[in-house]
Amino acid sequence: MRVLNQVFQITIVNLWTIPQRLGTSLVIVVGIAGVVGVLVSVLAMSRGFEHTLASTGRASRIMMLRAGSDAEMSSDISREHAAILAAMPNVARNGDGRPLASAELVLMRDLARKGGTDPNNVPFRAVQDAAFEIRDELRIVEGRRFERGRREVIVGAKAADQFAGLFVGSRFEFRDSDWTVVGIFTTGGDVHETEIWADAEVAMSSFRRLSYQSLTATLEDASEPAFETMKARIDDDPRFSINVLREPEYYARQSKTLATLIDVLGYMVASFMAVGAMFGALNCMYSAVASRQKEIATLRAIGFGSVPVVVSVMLEALALSLLGGTIGAALAYIYCNGASLSTLNFNTFSQVAFDFRVTTDLILQGLLWSLVIGLVGGLFPAIRAARLPVVEALRTS
Amino acid sequence: MKYLPLLWAALARRKTRTILTLLSVVIAFLLFGMLQAVRLAFESGADTADDNRLLTVARYSFIEPLPMSHASRIEQVPGVVHVVGADWFGGKYQNESNAFPVIASDPARYFEMYSEFEVPPAQLQAAIKTRTSALAGQRLVERFGWKVGQKLPIASEIYPKIDGDMNWEFDLVGTIDADDPAVRGNTDMILINVAFFDEARARGKGNTGWYTLRIDDSVTPQAVATYIDRMFANSPHETRTQPEKEFAMGFAKQIGDMGALVSRILAAVFFTILILTGNTMAQSIRERIPELAVLKTLGFSDATVTWLVLAEAGVLMIAGCALGMLIAVALMPGLNGATGGRFPPLFVAASTWLLALGIAAAVALVIGLPPALRARRLRIVDALAGR
Repeated sequence: MRVLNQVFQITIVNLWTIPQRLGTSLVIVVGIAGVVGVLVSVLAMSRGFEHTLASTGRASRIMMLRAGSDAEMSSDISREHAAILAAMPNVARNGDGRPLASAELVLMRDLARKGGTDPNNVPFRAVQDAAFEIRDELRIVEGRRFERGRREVIVGAKAADQFAGLFVGSRFEFRDSDWTVVGIFTTGGDVHETEIWADAEVAMSSFRRLSYQSLTATLEDASEPAFETMKARIDDDPRFSINVLREPEYYARQSKTLATLIDVLGYMVASFMAVGAMFGALNCMYSAVASRQKEIATLRAIGFGSVPVVVSVMLEALALSLLGGTIGAALAYIYCNGASLSTLNFNTFSQVAFDFRVTTDLILQGLLWSLVIGLVGGLFPAIRAARLPVVEALRTS
Repeated sequence: MKYLPLLWAALARRKTRTILTLLSVVIAFLLFGMLQAVRLAFESGADTADDNRLLTVARYSFIEPLPMSHASRIEQVPGVVHVVGADWFGGKYQNESNAFPVIASDPARYFEMYSEFEVPPAQLQAAIKTRTSALAGQRLVERFGWKVGQKLPIASEIYPKIDGDMNWEFDLVGTIDADDPAVRGNTDMILINVAFFDEARARGKGNTGWYTLRIDDSVTPQAVATYIDRMFANSPHETRTQPEKEFAMGFAKQIGDMGALVSRILAAVFFTILILTGNTMAQSIRERIPELAVLKTLGFSDATVTWLVLAEAGVLMIAGCALGMLIAVALMPGLNGATGGRFPPLFVAASTWLLALGIAAAVALVIGLPPALRARRLRIVDALAGR
């Protein structure tokens, strides 16, 4: 009890006198805020990209590409084959009995970033009617859908946000044809939000194309055996060689390189930052304790034990780091959460945009880091303070 | 020089503090070195581009084909001294797409164009003579443990052979290497002989992916680009011609916000270091005010004392900078190994060193100047009296 009482009293005095040591205390707070801020933002980027990946595609949907192709860009499916594939058993059908299959065409449209002039490859996806029933997560948030047979497009919200000239009513020239933006859509934050969508038939005739590149379909029965049966049936069909993949598998494969890069970058920066900050915090606490040697010695001379001294110095360090951590996490949240970033996916040569996601667990992780830094940063100086012989400490000027 | 022992004594006064400060500076520059390496690796294409080289691609997209017959017409454009066509094979090795680029071209012409690549002359001759030849980048050869002379099985994502098979086989006849680490990243490729490739593929015969051309100094790149694009305008295969540098920069720019992000991370790191180290310096000077007063009493001039304090900050920053950068350099081979050669080679460039030293000096000034000025203004009497 007595120890607790002492800890309480010293801590109160310590915290009370912080304004007199404002400089040093502030430095610890700012330093740790900086570290936690960077840490949380970098990890939020990684988390955001993961989220975009994870939310793209459903296991109940499949993607068909020409055998050997891993990306839509290098794939090719003829009209004839697309019709046969859409009519396969286990492709779900809608109320009117039409298959939920959309043969699609993907081209790259050069677009400048807002405020920039350099071209970026933004995917221009031409879809069949069924695409809207297949990807029922799609919502038109502004304007309307494109009309069949017209040169109209709808634009993903992230594409509209990142690239110049994509707003409802705007027109653009693409491969000698004029297109009008008639709507903006969201798909729950997945990669399609960085795309421009148009009607497949119009696109085929406008761009003088004779074949599609991929076919996306909803499965009637998404179970593994049913999927395998369907896959085997397509593999055995001598008319074509087509590769069938579940959608999530396709998209995960597409982004492996970029995901690795973002992860490595994120964790490398975060861990080095944390170690660097630990040294910084240690240093600051050492000088804080060093400048208060006399004060601590006085406390011990008038009967306070060394344990309460250690604990209270630690508590002060923890309080300061927690404050810094909170500020850092809050700054990361204010500046980064929801901020969009778009970059080149090396596997597809096309742009993919994603949001920073400052999640609760990241904030907690940031706070935990600040506590660890404070703990380690405070422990050694505290022990040192307690160990110093009282007489010697009092004598120092 | 004669002040060196004094400087040393100042730094050794509180060893823990000096070491801790040094370590946090080391970490900051270690991060700096590595992040800059990542950034440079992405931009290396633009840095190594040749000003006299242009790229001609299909007008709307560089992945659409151009007829091989364009070559002879481009060759006749005034100022063009050399043309080589190349095609994207869409290589797949061990079931992994684009593990490395596989390019189909004429080996003789290709390496005449890209003279920064080194291929042993005998191997280049072999590549020209062997129809099924392949030349592979040295880094790839090491990564996959290939041997010159072996068969190289590579599947194509795009081109089936005449019998419909997507699996191709080539004879590895030699290696491609480069001395400059920035160029070395561009050698992560396989060059196959287009003569055989075009004959053996089922589709796309007579087409190529893009043209690289070299111009002489009598013309400007823009003039040649305009000339070529106008020449093919309104044909079924319109072109877009750009200096190689612009093309490479276009790619680097597409990575876009990543570069800006790296800069922002570094800014935050240095800001934090600045605050922490600045505070430590100030504290260290505060503690030594009486000592500085003694120095002045002994006859040290205001300027000398100021310099001593500044030098202390300078030594800490420069030493930390050098150490951190050296560790970054030492980590590079390991990092390059860990990425499995999937990324361009990371390296610490001379420009990064210069930048790092510049930043170290600037930071030293920022954190050293306030305490140095304070030391300069010290009045001996007050300082000795502890006022």
